[in-house]
Amino acid sequence: MAELLQYLFAGLTSGAIYALAGLGFAIIYNASHVINFAQGEFIMIGGMATATLTAAGVPLPAAALAAMALTMLVGVALEKFAIEPARDADVVTIIIITIGASIFLRGAAQLVWDKEFHALAPFSGEDPIRVLGATLMPQSLWVVGVAMAVIAGLWWFFNRTLFGKAMLATSFNRLAAQLMGIGVKKVLMVSFALSAALGAIGGIVVTPIAFTNYEAGIMLGLKGFSAAVLGGLGNGMGAVVGGLIVGVAEALGAGYVSSAYKDAIAFVIILFVLFFMPNGLFGKKGVDRV
Amino acid sequence: MAKLMKARTGGMALLALVMAVSPLGFANAYYYDVAVGALFNAMICVGLNLLIGYGGQISLGHGAFFALGAYASAIGTSRWGLPPLAALAGGGALVGLLAFALARPILRLKGHYLAMATLGVGMIIYIVLKTEAQWTGGPDGVGVDPLTLAGFTLATDRQWYWLGAGLLLLVVWLALNLVESPVGRALRAGHGAQVGAEVVGVDTSHYKVLMFVVSAVVASVVGSLFAHKNGFITPDIAGFHHSIELVTMVVLGGMASIFGSVLGALLLTVLPQMLAGFDDYEAMIFGAIMMGTMIFLPKGLLPSLIALIRKKRGAKP
Repeated sequence: MAELLQYLFAGLTSGAIYALAGLGFAIIYNASHVINFAQGEFIMIGGMATATLTAAGVPLPAAALAAMALTMLVGVALEKFAIEPARDADVVTIIIITIGASIFLRGAAQLVWDKEFHALAPFSGEDPIRVLGATLMPQSLWVVGVAMAVIAGLWWFFNRTLFGKAMLATSFNRLAAQLMGIGVKKVLMVSFALSAALGAIGGIVVTPIAFTNYEAGIMLGLKGFSAAVLGGLGNGMGAVVGGLIVGVAEALGAGYVSSAYKDAIAFVIILFVLFFMPNGLFGKKGVDRV
Repeated sequence: MAKLMKARTGGMALLALVMAVSPLGFANAYYYDVAVGALFNAMICVGLNLLIGYGGQISLGHGAFFALGAYASAIGTSRWGLPPLAALAGGGALVGLLAFALARPILRLKGHYLAMATLGVGMIIYIVLKTEAQWTGGPDGVGVDPLTLAGFTLATDRQWYWLGAGLLLLVVWLALNLVESPVGRALRAGHGAQVGAEVVGVDTSHYKVLMFVVSAVVASVVGSLFAHKNGFITPDIAGFHHSIELVTMVVLGGMASIFGSVLGALLLTVLPQMLAGFDDYEAMIFGAIMMGTMIFLPKGLLPSLIALIRKKRGAKP
């Protein structure tokens, strides 16, 4: 029992990070039908910037805000200089562009920082909390708490604010939204800024648990993509549920089956789901037109 | 049609000529080594382009098929004492079967879902190769004996170059014929308007499965050759990065352009060698070139180049 609880804690913690990454994929996908393979690099930049700033003596809240601002700047630049000019290109072409961007950002991070691992102190101590025989690190609570707050904030933004609704409208029908006077270009830019901020937040809260280096974003990005696809592309709540499923399944698999195959579990689940539900768990069924 | 035939044979002749003349400029074995890498990548990309360019399907997992071929040769020859050709054929058959089994459920998916599924298959194979160390040597890799065919051992990079050049011509010739056959026309119809093609009776999924299997087998066979030539393989060849590299070569050269794939493979094999002198800036420059070419030449290098020449001549596109 204690063991199961322990695995669940670990799974929900990483699941929360995957959920944030998955949401980042979903927001950009909704606004532009682009899969942004540089989403993992947003996570990496957020973590790296915060880690180096705090190491230089900047207080954590200020460092975190600066890291978020930097990441959002990168996100907007990516949209402006790489995605916008290629608006009408093929799916494959845009995938290559965002993968090129992720390689570029990794190269830049390696240059700005280095190839070493960077650590960040846990936000509120390292004294484990005992729950029913299992131990819970305070940082895990931070990860899950922050993720929940962010998800709630996003729900409010997309359902209760005019601009959020405009973004949703654009995702349903770009042309109709444009005709209704929605600034589609602005929507696109905001979606990249928002996704970058989500990535940065994920990177900041996870770094005290997992360390970070210039390549830390690769696997996190792929897991986030898995989460988004599992839930059904473009479905925000689907991405959150997908992230949690991937995180928990990984932790259980690593605990009970084989830790070496931990990373494979996410992909096995994805394949299994896609074989039977080609549009993910909550995806809309598409209709083909001639 | 006669003109098309001319362009095809003309392209083949030009490719053969370039491959025959290039060694005159090779100063040492290192040049041969890089050139053989380019020839191997070109073969894989011509196969992959059948799937991506003509079938309209993306695959982010072909590095894994390449790796399976390589490991089949490594394990088959050194552990089971199979003749190299038997191991190569066995690996190819195995990968073909695997691709066939995966193709139906996978190719039913579209766009990003397909990308995810092929990526997933690739990652799983990568992790298996890394973990099952008693078979594969684990992350440290495994050594492979040189290729011996009928008592003759390919020992030098120069010999590999001529074998690679001959095989590339063969692969290009087969691909060109496939594309101009009814299979190729059906595929293009399926890519252009899948539902439309199905309505007039083309079994598009059948042809997509065929292309998936063909491209996977080509990757596997080249993987076997690579294992023998390199003498050493690690699971990294199955990784996400390698699969991406292959797709990038295809898209950079030009989707649905056989000779474009050869060009894309050549450029992206040679480019990292040239960038190696830039050390820390290598990844940034590589990423920037990837983004830049896709943004400014979304159709790929060769088709854009051909369009430019036609425009200059004032001919109709």
